Amino acid sequence: MKIIVCIKQVPAAASVRIDPVTLQLIREGVGSVINPFDYHALEAALALRETAGGEVTVLTMGPPKAETALREALALGADRAVLLTDRAFAGSDTWATAYLLSLAVRKLGGADLLLCGKQAIDGDTAQVGPQLAARLGIVQATGVSELRFVDGATLEVRRMLDGGGDLLRLRLPALLGVERDLNRPRVPTLPGYLRAVDRPVTVWSAAELNPDPALIGLAGSPTRVVSSRPAELPKRDTVLVRGSSADGAAAILRCWKPRKETI
Amino acid sequence: MSNEQAHSGIWVPAEIRHGKITPATFELLGEAVRLAAANADKVTAVLWGGGLDPLIGELGRAGADRVIAIEDSRFDVFRDELQAETLAGLTGKYRPAIMLLQAGSLGRALAPRVAALCHTGLTADCTGLAIDPASGALLQTRPAFGGSLLATIRTNGCFPQMATVRPGVMRRIAAAKTVPPEVVRESAPADRWNGLKTVLAGFGREADEPSFDGAGAIVSGGRGLNGEGFALLRRFAELSGAAVGASRAAVDANRIGYPHQVGQTGRTVRPGLYVAFGISGQIQHLAGMQNCEVLVAVNTDPEAPLMKLADLAVVGDAGDILRQMINQFQTDGEGK
Ligand SMILES: Cc1cc2nc3c(=O)[nH]c(=O)nc-3n(C[C@H](O)[C@H](O)[C@H](O)COP(=O)(O)OP(=O)(O)OC[C@H]3O[C@@H](n4cnc5c(N)ncnc54)[C@H](O)[C@@H]3O)c2cc1C
Ligand SMILES: Cc1cc2nc3c(=O)[nH]c(=O)nc-3n(C[C@H](O)[C@H](O)[C@H](O)COP(=O)(O)OP(=O)(O)OC[C@H]3O[C@@H](n4cnc5c(N)ncnc54)[C@H](O)[C@@H]3O)c2cc1C
Repeated sequence: MKIIVCIKQVPAAASVRIDPVTLQLIREGVGSVINPFDYHALEAALALRETAGGEVTVLTMGPPKAETALREALALGADRAVLLTDRAFAGSDTWATAYLLSLAVRKLGGADLLLCGKQAIDGDTAQVGPQLAARLGIVQATGVSELRFVDGATLEVRRMLDGGGDLLRLRLPALLGVERDLNRPRVPTLPGYLRAVDRPVTVWSAAELNPDPALIGLAGSPTRVVSSRPAELPKRDTVLVRGSSADGAAAILRCWKPRKETI
Repeated sequence: MSNEQAHSGIWVPAEIRHGKITPATFELLGEAVRLAAANADKVTAVLWGGGLDPLIGELGRAGADRVIAIEDSRFDVFRDELQAETLAGLTGKYRPAIMLLQAGSLGRALAPRVAALCHTGLTADCTGLAIDPASGALLQTRPAFGGSLLATIRTNGCFPQMATVRPGVMRRIAAAKTVPPEVVRESAPADRWNGLKTVLAGFGREADEPSFDGAGAIVSGGRGLNGEGFALLRRFAELSGAAVGASRAAVDANRIGYPHQVGQTGRTVRPGLYVAFGISGQIQHLAGMQNCEVLVAVNTDPEAPLMKLADLAVVGDAGDILRQMINQFQTDGEGK
């Protein structure tokens, strides 16, 4: 079984700080980590390899320093790592990212199973997985919280939907977007790191991937960020009540009363 | 990519859950009507599944000028691949300028597939939409980086301009349309996915799952409300007809189930009244409830962030105040 896990390197902080003067993101001083959901995708791949055999490749697109994310994945047990990096890729939106990842998957000779995280905690779109599946022309399941291997060509997965979910049978090749409750990711060990140190990481730039230059980077992206600002909260005129809990309760119930009829 | 003149109309693919059109579909139609007014445009709803006819009128009353109906019981379950191909095909035929889907688990699986097939841009989980008066383009505003940043995004010369929209943020229109919508019948293309993906079984919501959609009032508990306090919270909710929400800290402490979680990684709600007991007001919680109409916070600490943001901030012990609320609510009821 050939498995490709897509991982993204993200800022370590859950929320970013914004420079009050330039309104730009402050990235300095914030370390980079593997997107939390992607650990679960990698864990699923490693566990499947243990039962079904095969090879696990980790694939990322990002700046050269994203190699550290791949090294960590190798330390966790991935067999092979591929980094897509080129100035021409910078600024790609989810459409262009999925396009570039699809070229890499094809160059790798395809896969039986592609695994992605549910979403990246910085961009937060959850779009790259389904867009990659559509480009490759394969079936998908997002929100996967359980996964069972039926035979060499079939998987059963439980996918969560709003207000319930489905049990699905998928014929491979397929792409899955995984939830955090799918599994408990293993942690890297020192021997794992030592083994990973001198393992090769394949680096592909535009010269190797040969994308249509009109479809990549900022210029080739069908979405364009025109402005960004720190989120501000709706301003309310706060009435502060201190006193007995009976007074507090009465004040709250006054907010209720005029609404009671309209509910 | 093609020129703008050739594209017109705002499309809203409807979502049906348990035989009913979802509230978020009506919210999107309301927003589409508002946006359409800016460009004198028309609103089209796309509806799929079996037994659609009784639902068509509802979409019309909620703002659809036209309904494209795909009567096909294969769509009673969610088929990402075939639904995306169907929508992409119809998009090529009718050339809408804008397409809005709800940013629930289904819309966020379907919309990116459609955008990939149509080669167009897709903005995720929008909380604000507007038409740029100068260009007529759709300006799509969305939170990113865990809600700390708001980005405004434009689709770069591609059509349709696609966005998923966070449920609970837009408003359905109050003034119902009386003219029935134009109805167009369409069908799905051949299913080349047959056998590659099979739905073996569906499962429903957890028995305890709250109903936030259209809730008039939500009472919500945080880390500052202990187990006994949560029992009081449920008791008051039962008495008053409010829905029960919670912060992630309360969910993590096993005081209540995940379906009750409000916030960035939980549900987004927009009730008339939101009363928070022992919730500090971190950005990830605010992301899910800041657009409620009236906000009340109860906290022992008057300096807690939520106490500074609320319309009414009550200093005190959450459990004591809930006990008083139950007493007063009951006495009040008897007095009537
Ligand atoms: C403020 C802001 C808002 C943005 N909004 C949008 C928007 O609305 N629409 C849009 O199209 N683009 C948007 N972008 C661009 C988008 O964030 C990037 O294209 C990003 O590289 C991928 O999107 P994501 O982070 O949302 O990933 P997601 O789609 O959330 O990631 C899901 C999974 O896909 C895989 N994956 C994602 N990126 C990579 C990668 N580089 N390499 C390998 N695997 C990967 C991982 O498995 C990941 O868990 C925005 C960017 C910014 C800065
Ligand atoms: C990626 C990410 C996603 C997240 N998603 C969510 C999400 O979806 N929803 C969410 O809620 N959180 C989310 N969080 C967590 C969030 O950051 C906060 O940790 C959480 O909201 C805190 O919950 P809380 O306000 O109940 O607890 P705390 O912050 O601990 O606040 C408890 C409050 O109770 C008050 N208090 C204590 N005792 C009493 C008493 N007896 N009576 C009255 N008040 C009392 C305290 O003064 C304090 O203000 C997320 C975090 C991350 C990193």
